[in-house]
Amino acid sequence: MSIAVPHGGPVAAPPPPEPTPAEPNYLNHSYGIWSWLTTVDHKRIGILYLVSISVFFVVGGLAAGLVRLNLLSYNSALLTEDAYNRAFTAHGVVMLFFFLIPAVPGVLGNFFIPMMVGAKDMAFPKLNLASWYVFMAGAAFGVWAILTGGIDTGWTLYPPYSSRSSQSNVVPGVIGVFISGFSSIMTGLNIMVTVHKMRCPGMTWGRMPLFVWSLYATSLIQLLGTPVVAITVLLLGVERVAGIGIFDPSIGGDPLLFQHLFWFYSHPAVYIMILPGMGVVSEIITCFSRKNIFGYHAVAWSSMGIAVVGFLLWAHHMFVAGISFYAAMLFSFLSMLVAVPSAIKVFNWTGTLYRGSITFQAPMLFTLGFLVLFTIGGLTGLFLATLGTDIHLHDTYFVVAHFHFVMVGGMVLAYMAGIHFWWPKMTGRMYSDWWSRVAASIIIVGFFLTFIPQFIIGYHGMPRRYPNYPAEFQVYNVMSTAGASILGLGYLLPAFYLTLSLFYGKKAPANPWSATGLEWQTPSPPTVHNFDHKPVVVCGPYEYAIGVDQMGRGLPEPPGPGEAQDPASRSGPTPPPGPQQKETEVVG
Amino acid sequence: MSASHHSPVLKHHFEDLGQQHASERLGMWMFLATEILFFGGLFGAYTCYRLWYPTEFEYASSYMNVKFATINTVMLITSSLTMTLAIRSARIGDRAGLYRNLLITFALGTAFMVLKGFEYAHDFHEHILPGAASFGGQIKSNAEAQGIDTGKVRLFLCFYYIMTGIHGVHIIVGLGCILWLVQQTYANKIPPENYSTVEVVSLYWHLVDAIWLFLMPLLYLAGAGLKTGGGH
Repeated sequence: MSIAVPHGGPVAAPPPPEPTPAEPNYLNHSYGIWSWLTTVDHKRIGILYLVSISVFFVVGGLAAGLVRLNLLSYNSALLTEDAYNRAFTAHGVVMLFFFLIPAVPGVLGNFFIPMMVGAKDMAFPKLNLASWYVFMAGAAFGVWAILTGGIDTGWTLYPPYSSRSSQSNVVPGVIGVFISGFSSIMTGLNIMVTVHKMRCPGMTWGRMPLFVWSLYATSLIQLLGTPVVAITVLLLGVERVAGIGIFDPSIGGDPLLFQHLFWFYSHPAVYIMILPGMGVVSEIITCFSRKNIFGYHAVAWSSMGIAVVGFLLWAHHMFVAGISFYAAMLFSFLSMLVAVPSAIKVFNWTGTLYRGSITFQAPMLFTLGFLVLFTIGGLTGLFLATLGTDIHLHDTYFVVAHFHFVMVGGMVLAYMAGIHFWWPKMTGRMYSDWWSRVAASIIIVGFFLTFIPQFIIGYHGMPRRYPNYPAEFQVYNVMSTAGASILGLGYLLPAFYLTLSLFYGKKAPANPWSATGLEWQTPSPPTVHNFDHKPVVVCGPYEYAIGVDQMGRGLPEPPGPGEAQDPASRSGPTPPPGPQQKETEVVG
Repeated sequence: MSASHHSPVLKHHFEDLGQQHASERLGMWMFLATEILFFGGLFGAYTCYRLWYPTEFEYASSYMNVKFATINTVMLITSSLTMTLAIRSARIGDRAGLYRNLLITFALGTAFMVLKGFEYAHDFHEHILPGAASFGGQIKSNAEAQGIDTGKVRLFLCFYYIMTGIHGVHIIVGLGCILWLVQQTYANKIPPENYSTVEVVSLYWHLVDAIWLFLMPLLYLAGAGLKTGGGH
């Protein structure tokens, strides 16, 4: 490459300092608030979602902070009992409906599904924008309900308390959940049609990245589950407003029917929350192990297995609510069955790590945290699926800890991993490697300290949702609140260094992690139409062993442990001409 | 992108019209799956209570206006036929036929809603209402005379109003879509190669029609054999 070129030779000339005019990309092709609010570009819509759910994460986090502060003392340190009810309901409603459900599908799914399948956009760009507006409308109702007095029913909204007795803002909250549900349906429908119809040549189902598979499974649940909860909360709202209703025991209605209909969605909804996280983890774990994923088909099909089996076990939330013994046995069995595909995934991720060339950048640290925490969360789920132990553990802090291990330890860590993994692609900037590793470590430590004590007090019988508790549990609650403070600090750090990276971060190369997916074949940040030429896929999604991407081109040198501080300093967007040698053994 | 064969109705992010139409159709089918589960929750709840309280549900159902419902059923089925004929008109490029079929469909759907309105007015007049205070009239006194639990009669009426109400909202949305198709035809946006726009709306319209075909027997015919009814 050292041929002397007179001048203007584009090949070997070193890049001139910096002040070249910026490449046209999706961020700079138009400016102004209006160009964002009317955009139909899936990437910009992903950013809109990112900004809005970050706000809701803060709101939900503040509510959680109130709850934890109040539990510092065994006789309510801070809030009245009524205010405490409203605080934990606000935490649950905001975190579940306005953060966890839209988090990965709304942000990373919108941004990367079209790029991963080699399309210019989602199948229905306007519907995509509409989904964001519908989401914001629903969230506005939800936040309004919380700010003007709150809801005191818990996020599950069980009647007849919620329909007849509660003195709080149930109706705007219910409207918020109802409306934002349609946003979820729209996103799911869009992703499904995109995956079916918009794949580029060569992108067969067996070559799709596992992130796409997992979001496809998620979308299936969103599409088939959400309408059921929509009609259920609609009936609840009618019952509360008009005084006529279907769950009202005074006219022969059955509150248990509400629970069945509610959990028919809301149990699969936890798979809406966790499946995308599993997809993110599958992408990252193979990239940072520099190995092909172990058991591609097993991981892909276990996503579908979770989606299908996940629909059949809702009544395990009702073991002590008075359902028939035989039904309870069946639902207990089915609940254990869903652990099988989840375990298949964990085993395959572990198999991928085995003898890989692992490096510990922030995405990988978050992912390893996910692996441990999700496994603990999943295994404690089996305690709760067992009929006998569930009678002891039902509605205790054991359930709270289990749920948070899966949702926070699993999903939030996976979301953070995904944001850190794709941040260079989304913004074109590298964030501070050292600070991101610190943040990942703090979050994992803080998480353990917050929720391990909750397993213990739950096992000893402390019920959830109570503001007061016996004094002997105080030490555990203080530990948990201390852990929550560390966790909160851990969440603050990314807010700072990610924001700073936008202004001071080094320019990201096209493929900073040397990953194989099609999204890394675009510049960082991508151009408006993603690909200059229509991509043609020639091989599987994770050919790390032979070092080629999905278009069969060689990968750039991966960030090794020595130079890991600075992936941005490595060779730019042009990959080496040929496939690279790989020393590790090929497995899978 | 080959600019040589570029239809004006092709959206920029699709390769060709085939892909665009396949996406639209698949999207609508998936939306219909959503709709079926939306109503599925209601049908499931109805089934529970119908099995628990068969006598009360049949009694309450006998007060429903079968005559109006039958006329409405005939009109909706006919509108499904004209909707399908509209697809054919669009496909062969018969603009006049497309207008005619769309407008007939629209008229039948509107007539359905008008008749439904008359039926609601009649129910209000007769106090066939689920609220604790508004429930009354003959349906209440007869039930008390026969020893039928009025609470469960009111439960049936809850289902009646919620199910027909939500179905009515779907009809109105469908009517809006048909008007939009008329406007699109006027704006020359539905050339023969883009007939699938009409087809997509028709899929929705057929689903709304099909749901009515389930509502009709569940709500109106359940008690049609009883003599105790309002005598319609």
